[in-house]
Amino acid sequence: MLKVEGIVKSYKTGGFFAKERQNILRNISFECGSGECLGIIGESGSGKSTLGRLVLGIEKPDRGTVRLNGENVLHRTVRLGHLSAVFQDYTSSINPYFTVEEAILEPITAQRKSRAEDRSKVELLLNQVGLNPSYMSKHAHELSGGEAQRVCIARAISTEPECIVLDEAVSSLDVSVQIQVLKLLKELKELYNMSYIFITHDLQAAAYICDRIIIFRDGQIEETVEAQRLKDVQSPYARKLLNSLITF
Amino acid sequence: MNMLEVRHLKVWDQKSHNVIIHNSSFQLKAGQCLAIVGESGSGKSVTCRSLMRLNKPGIQQSGEIVFKGEYLNQLSDKEMRKRRGRNIGMILQNGMRAFDPSSVVGVHCKETLREHFGWSKSEIEEKMTKAMERVLLKHPMELLNKYPYQLSGGMLQRLMIALALVLSPDIIIADEPTTALDTISQFEVVEQLMGLRESTGCSMLFVSHDLGVVQKIADEVLVMRHGEIVESGTTQAVFSEAQHPYTRYLVSTRRELGANFNMMMQEDNMC
Repeated sequence: MLKVEGIVKSYKTGGFFAKERQNILRNISFECGSGECLGIIGESGSGKSTLGRLVLGIEKPDRGTVRLNGENVLHRTVRLGHLSAVFQDYTSSINPYFTVEEAILEPITAQRKSRAEDRSKVELLLNQVGLNPSYMSKHAHELSGGEAQRVCIARAISTEPECIVLDEAVSSLDVSVQIQVLKLLKELKELYNMSYIFITHDLQAAAYICDRIIIFRDGQIEETVEAQRLKDVQSPYARKLLNSLITF
Repeated sequence: MNMLEVRHLKVWDQKSHNVIIHNSSFQLKAGQCLAIVGESGSGKSVTCRSLMRLNKPGIQQSGEIVFKGEYLNQLSDKEMRKRRGRNIGMILQNGMRAFDPSSVVGVHCKETLREHFGWSKSEIEEKMTKAMERVLLKHPMELLNKYPYQLSGGMLQRLMIALALVLSPDIIIADEPTTALDTISQFEVVEQLMGLRESTGCSMLFVSHDLGVVQKIADEVLVMRHGEIVESGTTQAVFSEAQHPYTRYLVSTRRELGANFNMMMQEDNMC
C-alpha cells in the first residue's frame, strides 16, 4: 500500500554557501502493507525522524519516491485524509489557542466536510481514545502528557486515514501511560484497519505493537525482521542492540 | 554510617502555596545506591535539587539535610558552593543543557577543577584525559575542544561522569542520567555509573522512572507519588513483594510492556 523506493536525502552542513552535504538517508526502500504495523528502530541521529517526514510528504527527498496506493505523496491531494501523523512532542503539536474540539476538527475542516455532525463526531472520537467528552472545551495546557497524546491520536484518526506515522509517539510518556496508549493504538488499528509506521528507539515498545521491524543505522536499513522472529536477527549491530537492552 | 540524612523535607512554591514535597525523610548509607522512582511530576527532581539547594528562587524548602554530621540547610551560600561538586556531585539528565553552549566543553571542566583543587592547566588535562579514557571516550583532547552541540547526548553524559570521576565526590546525585539516551548508549552509561561507584566507593542517589535500570543499579528504592514517599525498601523487596498498590501498579505496567519482548527472547533460549 505504502511503497518507499530508493530514497536519498542529504542536508547542507555549515553555512548558507557551504558545499558540503551530510547524507542522512542512503537509498532506502521498503513497503508497508495494509493493516500492518511497521516498526523503525534506530539510535538518535540515525535519520529515522527524517524518514518519517519524507514518508509524510512534508519534505522532499533528493531522489526516490514515496507512493501511497501508487500515487506520489508529494501531492497534497494524495495525502489529504489518507495519511496522518502523531509526533513525540505533544506540547507543541496542538495549537495553544485551540480547544480540544477545535484541534480534533482541524483535519476534518480542511477536508471541507459537512459541519452538522461535527460535535457528535468529536464525542465519538474522544470516547474512542478513552477521554471524557467534557474535555472538549479544554485547552492544550490543561492536559497531562498522556491526555494530550490521546488528543493527538484522536485528531490523527478523525479522517479515518489508511496510514499513520507515529514518530516517537510514546517515548516521552511514563511507562504506565505508555502501555495505555499502546493498547489504545492496537484497538484503533483493529477498528479502522489502518497501518502504522511506528518510529522509535525503544525496542520493547516496538516489540509490543509491531508486526515487522526495520533496524535502522546511519541512514541505512541494517536488517528487516518479523517481530515474532526478533531473536533470530543476524547483523552484528542488531545483536548488540538486543544485548544491551536492560529488561525488567 | 549515614552519608546523607534527610529529615522532614518540605518544598513549596512561595507564590501559589502549592506544596511540591510534603514530608520526605530518608537516609543514604555510605557506599550505597538509593534509587528514587516515580512518574513525571512526582517530585523526584525537586528532591534532588533541594538537596543541593539549587531550586529556583520562588521555591522554598524546610527540613534538615545532614551530610556527614553537617547541616547543609544551615550553611551560607558561599559554603554550600564549596560542597557542590567537591562533596556532592550531580549528573543531569540533559547533557546539552548542563554544559555552557557558548564555550567548548573543556572550559567547563577546567573551570570546575581549578575552582575546587587549584590545579594547573597541564595537571587538569592529564587527569581529565585519564578519566575520559576510563569512560571509553576516544581522543579526549579533541573532545575537550568541541562545543556541546558537536557531541552526542551519550558522549556528554559520559563526559559528566568523567568529571565526576576526577572530582570523586562522596555522593553522586544522578538525575535521570539515562532517560534521554538510546538503548546502546543507555547500557554503556549504566555500566560506567556502576564502574564509577566501584572505583570511588561513593554513595549514589539515582533518580529514574525506568524500573529496569533501577533494578540493575540500586540497592534500595524509594517510590514517590505526588510529592510523598509511598514505599521504601530494598530493591528486591519493593519489586517482588510491593506493599503499596501504586508500586504494584508501576511494576505490573512495566512488566506488561516488557512481557511481549521477553517472551520472544525466551523462545530463543528454548530452541
